[in-house]
Amino acid sequence: MKHFPTLLSHELRMLLVSPSTYIAGTAFLFFMGFIFTGILESYAKTAQDASPAQEFFQLFWFPVFFMVPLLTMKCLAEERRLGTIETLLTTPVTTTEVVLGKYAAAYLLYVGLWGATGGFFYILKKFSSDPLLLDSGPLFGGYLFVAISGLLFVAIGVFASSLSRNQAVAGILAFIMLVVLIMGGNWLGRADFLNRDVLAPAKAAVDYAQVFAHLEDFARGVVDARQILFYLSGAVLALIFSILSVEAKLLHS
Amino acid sequence: MSDPLPPAIEVLHLVKSYAGAPAVADISFTVARGEIIGFLGPNGAGKSTTMRILTGYMPANSGSVRICGHSVATEADAVKRLVGYMPENNPLPEDMRVSEYLYFRGRLKEIPRRKLGPRIDEVLELCDLKRVRHKIIGQLSKGYRQRVGIAEAILAEPPVIIMDEPTIGLDPHQILIVRDLIASLRGRMTVLISSHILPEIEMTCDRVLIINRGRVVAQGTPADLRREIFGRSTYQLEAAGALPALPALLATVDPTLSLSAQAEPDSSGFATLTLTTERADELGEPILRALLGEKFRVRALSRVHPTLEDVFLAATRRSWDAKIPPKN
Repeated sequence: MKHFPTLLSHELRMLLVSPSTYIAGTAFLFFMGFIFTGILESYAKTAQDASPAQEFFQLFWFPVFFMVPLLTMKCLAEERRLGTIETLLTTPVTTTEVVLGKYAAAYLLYVGLWGATGGFFYILKKFSSDPLLLDSGPLFGGYLFVAISGLLFVAIGVFASSLSRNQAVAGILAFIMLVVLIMGGNWLGRADFLNRDVLAPAKAAVDYAQVFAHLEDFARGVVDARQILFYLSGAVLALIFSILSVEAKLLHS
Repeated sequence: MSDPLPPAIEVLHLVKSYAGAPAVADISFTVARGEIIGFLGPNGAGKSTTMRILTGYMPANSGSVRICGHSVATEADAVKRLVGYMPENNPLPEDMRVSEYLYFRGRLKEIPRRKLGPRIDEVLELCDLKRVRHKIIGQLSKGYRQRVGIAEAILAEPPVIIMDEPTIGLDPHQILIVRDLIASLRGRMTVLISSHILPEIEMTCDRVLIINRGRVVAQGTPADLRREIFGRSTYQLEAAGALPALPALLATVDPTLSLSAQAEPDSSGFATLTLTTERADELGEPILRALLGEKFRVRALSRVHPTLEDVFLAATRRSWDAKIPPKN
């Protein structure tokens, strides 16, 4: 892992000089701000039982579906399309270092963008006299959830990018995989056919992989090691597949 | 290895096929240290594939490749430290500055930070890139991009440099610079370059390796190849006089000297004739003396030097004609 810092700083620098990063960041903050004001307006009209932070993080899936593919689709697909992966892998770096460097850079940007939404809550705190509006529990729980689930989501994006040399294909693949993971689990959890006794183990597995249920637990302040393990192991698996995918493409190119 | 200094590149029975279609079929060759070797072959002959295998980027199906005694298959890491590689089409990141790119590559190639700055300056100077060091690579012209690729390949001063078509798309002036640059590496580094520009190869390379359809069809110095492929010398003569008597006269000069082609005489009575002989040494003077003694009028006589192009065409044609190409 000697080259990991070099690769990571290179990737971060490339992200920071690229206009697409700023466009994506602005779009993300604009959209999240839009949601946030919508939530505040509904609070101004009638009293609600959940805190604004809880409502806000309930909508985490929307930016995940669009931001993660945008941030990750370029990373490996572009290298292969330009052929720079060839120059990269003929230096003494390993495929693992390359994939991890790209993953870490994309993840840091993802977390950084989410971190910027913290400004909304700061402004709310500054200008509202009602401390009840700012419940720190769901707030920290929500950010913790975003940081931990992001490990898996970004890894899935990197994996999708390793499958194709076309950025658009990689982006769509990532989008589909994320929809299946987040919405598919939710849908399966509510499906009736899983309630039969024979399918009880499957039902247990689906319940374990409920991303929305994880969010609720985190927002309530329940940090379950099993859920963290779910995201960590998922991320490791997706990264291993990405590394294997890059190497397999070399073998069969 | 008992030899204290194993050859820079040693390839034995290398085979590589893509989805069943052979790209490289049993190539063997050796390159000594400090040698500059040209790698020729028509498109699809397996040049790029061989080069990629040599750098450890792509695994072979069978055969062995050793770079300075290190096997590419089992010591890929060591090999990558020994090889500077410039791939085909010279892929470069579009949105980096030249000096930034070289710094990044230098760090990846494990050049210590302290030495990297001076080394980058040196390489920029060598490749005549000083003026564009702060420019973004995506905005550079083809010639500059090509030189950035070369600068990157020699950056870490590796003992072996492999360049896939380094002079493609350059103007004659830039080709001259690249040629001088490669020549300046002679003796210090082993250079393997592939090119379609045959005079280029002839001028810079000590030895030429011609491959076709995944096999080595000829190898040796350009002069050796000429002798091997053509096996005889050719003279071009422009003369007027009693031409039908010419073959008999030529036989008196040298038994193997014969008239191989004859064009119609032009308005002034001079015909262009092609003479061939098995003799390798210079026959120009005896021919002239014999012709003038027999009252022939001679306007021009020259020995034809087959270019590397002719050698290349003949060698590749020979391998296409033969069902099983001759083993070298």
